[in-house]
Amino acid sequence: MAGKGVVTPAKDRADLVECLKEAQRQYGYVPEEVIAALAESLAIPVHEVYGVASFYSYISTRPLGRNVIRVCKSLPCYLKSAEMIMEAVAKELGIGVGETTADGRFSFELTNCIGLCDQAPAMLINQDPHVDLTPEKIKQILKSYH
Amino acid sequence: MPQQRVVLKNCEVIDPKRIDSYLESGGFKALAKARREMTPEQITSEIKASGLRGRGGAGFPCGIKWEGACTAPGDIKYVICNADEGEVGTFKDRYILEKDPFTLIEGILIAGCAIGAKQGYIYLRAEYHYLLDHLQNAIEQAKQKGYMNGFSLEIREGAGAYICGEESALMDSIEGKRGEARYRPPFPTTSGLWGKPTIINNVETLMNIPPIIMNGAGWFSQMGTEQSKGTKVFSVSGDVGKPGVYEMVLGSPLRELVEELAMAKSVKLVQIGGATGRILPGDKMDTPLAFEAVLGAGAVTVYNQSRDVIDIVRRTMEFLAEESCGKCTPCRQGTEVMAEVLDRFYKGEGSLKELQNLEDLSSAMMLSSLCGLGQAAPNAVMDSLQYFRDDYESRVAK
Repeated sequence: MAGKGVVTPAKDRADLVECLKEAQRQYGYVPEEVIAALAESLAIPVHEVYGVASFYSYISTRPLGRNVIRVCKSLPCYLKSAEMIMEAVAKELGIGVGETTADGRFSFELTNCIGLCDQAPAMLINQDPHVDLTPEKIKQILKSYH
Repeated sequence: MPQQRVVLKNCEVIDPKRIDSYLESGGFKALAKARREMTPEQITSEIKASGLRGRGGAGFPCGIKWEGACTAPGDIKYVICNADEGEVGTFKDRYILEKDPFTLIEGILIAGCAIGAKQGYIYLRAEYHYLLDHLQNAIEQAKQKGYMNGFSLEIREGAGAYICGEESALMDSIEGKRGEARYRPPFPTTSGLWGKPTIINNVETLMNIPPIIMNGAGWFSQMGTEQSKGTKVFSVSGDVGKPGVYEMVLGSPLRELVEELAMAKSVKLVQIGGATGRILPGDKMDTPLAFEAVLGAGAVTVYNQSRDVIDIVRRTMEFLAEESCGKCTPCRQGTEVMAEVLDRFYKGEGSLKELQNLEDLSSAMMLSSLCGLGQAAPNAVMDSLQYFRDDYESRVAK
């Protein structure tokens, strides 16, 4: 875990969410060491930093894979058989929701509405939108992430 | 009443990557008019006279909000554009940001003139990160053309939280905190971001500002109904032939949008306004789309006869339970309990006593929740109990 407390020290309380996101980008999650370092540089309690980190669903306090798949589970996608997409992802990767592949390549998560309801079912991989999904498309899409 | 393009008039017309394309179609003329020919008081009274109400769901009169911030004492004031479109089934702001970022920037700059703000923020939801560079490019071009005039416009990204679309939670999030709703008063217009007078407007609300300044309040208020002026952009999804974004004059019947434009057939029910919105059965399709009837942020999710009402309401409540910020008890606990009860009905294990409990809990949550999420969370339950009570009663354990 050496070196995992290294992020740009926060100067301003308002930068906290940004700093946490930076750690997320750098390590794939926000390690405890980063939380402690941010608390110290802002002179606020550790629990306050942890409270912010754990509040947002795109910031994770547990390690995630290099690529995070987020399949939308909200009603407009559900109506367009999002469950078949979830099954296709699970089958392709051999993992369930909330899990990470052994090689650390993918984490599989579900998400609430991502605003792509007109092109449902939809998912995000990292920041990229993938729309009008079918189970057949999943294999091809996953191939492009390493 | 037909479709009309006011908010979307430049979408698919201009090149959203080039400011010159926007200028060729008359862009930034409203800003020039506001800056050269109008005082801040004149701008706010024009917006007030137009009858424009907020397009993010709550429908608060925009001019009154602006007036509050305009007259509030203080040298530092803020304009925030709420681009945290998170309501289930809403995607109109995504479409607008993608197709016409310049009108939005012009609207924000006029808002800045009106209240005397030098700093603005666009709060963009994390799920729309792929629009960040595109928006930044539009802001850069406006800067290079000299339209910012000392006004600084920054994009702040969210990190995945539905509640941050609620204005007070949004401000806490910009301040780097957990996005939790604040107690009010004080209202943002006097004590908002970092305690300074602040206005927070939805993307679509701000899109209406340049045309109102250009064409006048009278032109705008001719469109719509008594209490709902202008047009509304709807996001239509679900069991329809043509999902997408449609702009209609307010007061248009639901049927026209759902059946004629979006091509829905054999409609069982429509959810208007997303998870916190209302549910209408298929035989209420003549209901006007207006603040005085049903509207919200304009999410229209259509369900056909094959769908199970209890399943829809249960999923709606699961969403709200997950997204409740947890600060106030009625919402945090109420949404959880409702989701559990609805799950029992879904499995055919409900009881008549629990139907009564749902109703009692609904009124307690509406009355005592801190913000709009908890206050509106029971809507789907109450509406479905009114229109589809048989569906509940048929799921009572024998």
